[in-house]
Amino acid sequence: MQLNNNEMILSEVKAGDDVVIRSFCGGVRMNHRLASLGFTPGARLRMVQNFMHGPLIVFVRGTRVALGRGEAARIIVNRG
Amino acid sequence: MLYLGENHIVEENQPAVIASDMIPLIALAGQPNMGKSTLFNLLTGLNQHVGNWPGKTVERRDGHFTLNGRTVRLVDLPGTYSLTANSPEEVIAREFILSERPAVTIAVVSAANLERSLYLVAEMAALDAPMIVALNMLDVADQEGIVVDVAALEAELGLPVLPIIASKAVGVRKLLDVVDGVIDGTILTHPQSPRIRDDHVDVLSAIEELVAAYVPAGYPVDWVSLKILEGDSDITGRMQAALPADTWKAVHNILARHDDAFLAVASARYEWIGRIIQRVISHPKVGQIGWTERIDRWATHPIWGLVLLASILGFVFWVVFSISAPVQQWLDGVAIAALADWTAGALSSAPVWLRGAVIDGFIGGVGSVITFLPVLVIFFAAFAILEDVGYMARAAYVMDNFMHVMGLHGKSFLPLFLGFGCNVPAIMGTRVIDSWPARLLTILIAPLVPCTARMAVVAFIAPAFFGRKAFWVTWGIVLMSLFILVLLGALLNRTVFKGQRSSFIMEIPLYHVPNARTIGLLVWQRTISFIKKAGTSILAISMVVWVLSYLPGGDLNSSYLSRLGHVFEPIGSWMGLDWRLSIALLTSFAAKENIIATLGVLFGGTAESGLSVALASAYSPASALAFLVVAVLFIPCAGTVAAMRQETGSWRWVLISIGLMLLISIIFGVMVFHIARSIGL
Repeated sequence: MQLNNNEMILSEVKAGDDVVIRSFCGGVRMNHRLASLGFTPGARLRMVQNFMHGPLIVFVRGTRVALGRGEAARIIVNRG
Repeated sequence: MLYLGENHIVEENQPAVIASDMIPLIALAGQPNMGKSTLFNLLTGLNQHVGNWPGKTVERRDGHFTLNGRTVRLVDLPGTYSLTANSPEEVIAREFILSERPAVTIAVVSAANLERSLYLVAEMAALDAPMIVALNMLDVADQEGIVVDVAALEAELGLPVLPIIASKAVGVRKLLDVVDGVIDGTILTHPQSPRIRDDHVDVLSAIEELVAAYVPAGYPVDWVSLKILEGDSDITGRMQAALPADTWKAVHNILARHDDAFLAVASARYEWIGRIIQRVISHPKVGQIGWTERIDRWATHPIWGLVLLASILGFVFWVVFSISAPVQQWLDGVAIAALADWTAGALSSAPVWLRGAVIDGFIGGVGSVITFLPVLVIFFAAFAILEDVGYMARAAYVMDNFMHVMGLHGKSFLPLFLGFGCNVPAIMGTRVIDSWPARLLTILIAPLVPCTARMAVVAFIAPAFFGRKAFWVTWGIVLMSLFILVLLGALLNRTVFKGQRSSFIMEIPLYHVPNARTIGLLVWQRTISFIKKAGTSILAISMVVWVLSYLPGGDLNSSYLSRLGHVFEPIGSWMGLDWRLSIALLTSFAAKENIIATLGVLFGGTAESGLSVALASAYSPASALAFLVVAVLFIPCAGTVAAMRQETGSWRWVLISIGLMLLISIIFGVMVFHIARSIGL
């Protein structure tokens, strides 16, 4: 996976930081599920909790959503 | 009925005449955590029936209530975030609206979380079915400082929007009046739905042209085309089968060139929602830290979260055992004994075998079920409160890391937790897990969670042999069982399931005050379902066990059951068990707590205090320890087996589970017996 300057994977975003979703590199099923919970390219996210191991919590479109680390690693974001 | 919204036509005369024998059908749709069940329970109360959707292990709730003098039927559709096929739930919800054609569908959305909850409304609007919106959780929105302009929302959606607080029954009267109006046809709805993004308009119409002639009746062509473009597996598969090969190839070529179309469609929905939100929502207070965030600093912390979870678990067990144990003893010692005495009196002139069958077989079986109920009801209540408050998502979250050892994720923890009460609801509770392999794996390891019935057996026998150390023996057995659970899970994951994993994506809902009605109904339904599923099989097996213990001569020591016990004695002897303990294990198949009753019969006295003395003088502590270990790990009880059969849909996995548990119990029984003997027990 090639990341540009400004891009990073969601699992590396620190708690409290705001980011914008750029793209997904997971499977179709995962993308569908993410989209129905508000994760689409361009959506703003705030990292609520990320201890850099284990699952994490993000705030997206008014909802707190828990993501596994593996799932978060497949979401590419931009600093907002 | 007049409804004075701006965007829907109000007709004074009732044009639609509904046949009197036709009961109007209302569907309730909404995303999870929007208060849909609260509204369903409020409207139907006890007039509801919980079953399964045909051919699926998805819960179906059906009810009826009286609306302005006539009976209407209400169906609670599965809670889904979208209507795109990711799981059976989405397919069920949309197929119901398309094929059953409910007179009106109530879409429940949350005022506190309007942006996300409108996503489902945006999808439903495309189905071209009569619909109204129940704007729920106004109180929560108020606390969060969110104000919704209802009239503006109605105008944007082209649908009646009724503000309600389902948990406090506020606004429901008005909601029902509008429902009534839509059923009668006096209120017509004109749902607005998002347009696809400009760069995909041509693609969509190209697909529409290709498939239009083959779309089944009742399905909107534009909706079917949109689903194909979104890559919906169910619709795509069905249309592929319906289309001629070359037409499908043309569709397929379009799809191949637009593999990003799904995100374009989803983004367009959110853009549409975003524009609506801007017009209808205002946040007078911004940036305040809510309750949820404050509690979650602890509840979702990787260390404190686990400490909190362990404390909650400990507290639940303490409550279960300190409240239900006396009730259980009373039921067993007074109520069931009185029933047995009364029956014995009533049947005094009946043949001995009939008296035995009724008292030892039937009442014994009923007693097993009834005395077990208080434990279960309290456990269900604790679980329902934690669920309703919103804590369960946190429990799943903090357990996620640990569950990865078995290739599972946090959600699998929830049914396993329920398994401490009883394995039967645990097996049914695996429905929360999205992927089938993960669900199956959870079902296979669930019997290793020691349920309260097995704990009761351990709690009775351990003190007779280990005195004050009984507490540590009990804990040791529980921990060993859980250790084996993790071991088996990790092993199965690496072998049978080849490390397949489903994704962990889970909403963390806002905390809210528990609703007594929701909790009461949940406990009631789970209890009834336990009695139906487990109760009947426990009763049947308990009758069979009685027949085997009676035939051929009416004497236990020469009965078929005793012969069976002697057959198994050689295996039992590997772990220091004689034929009586082997029989006790066999009868535990009916219900785990039967072990005590069987031993009571085998040792000639029914008094429990006498039994522990008799046991202590008959067996060595090493045998007793091995027996307890085997009893906890032994094959799943009849109720659990029935639930497994239902949830997996085949006997294959049930037999695999029985085989696994049998093997595990023998291996660990032998190991524990020999270790215990070598250290001089």
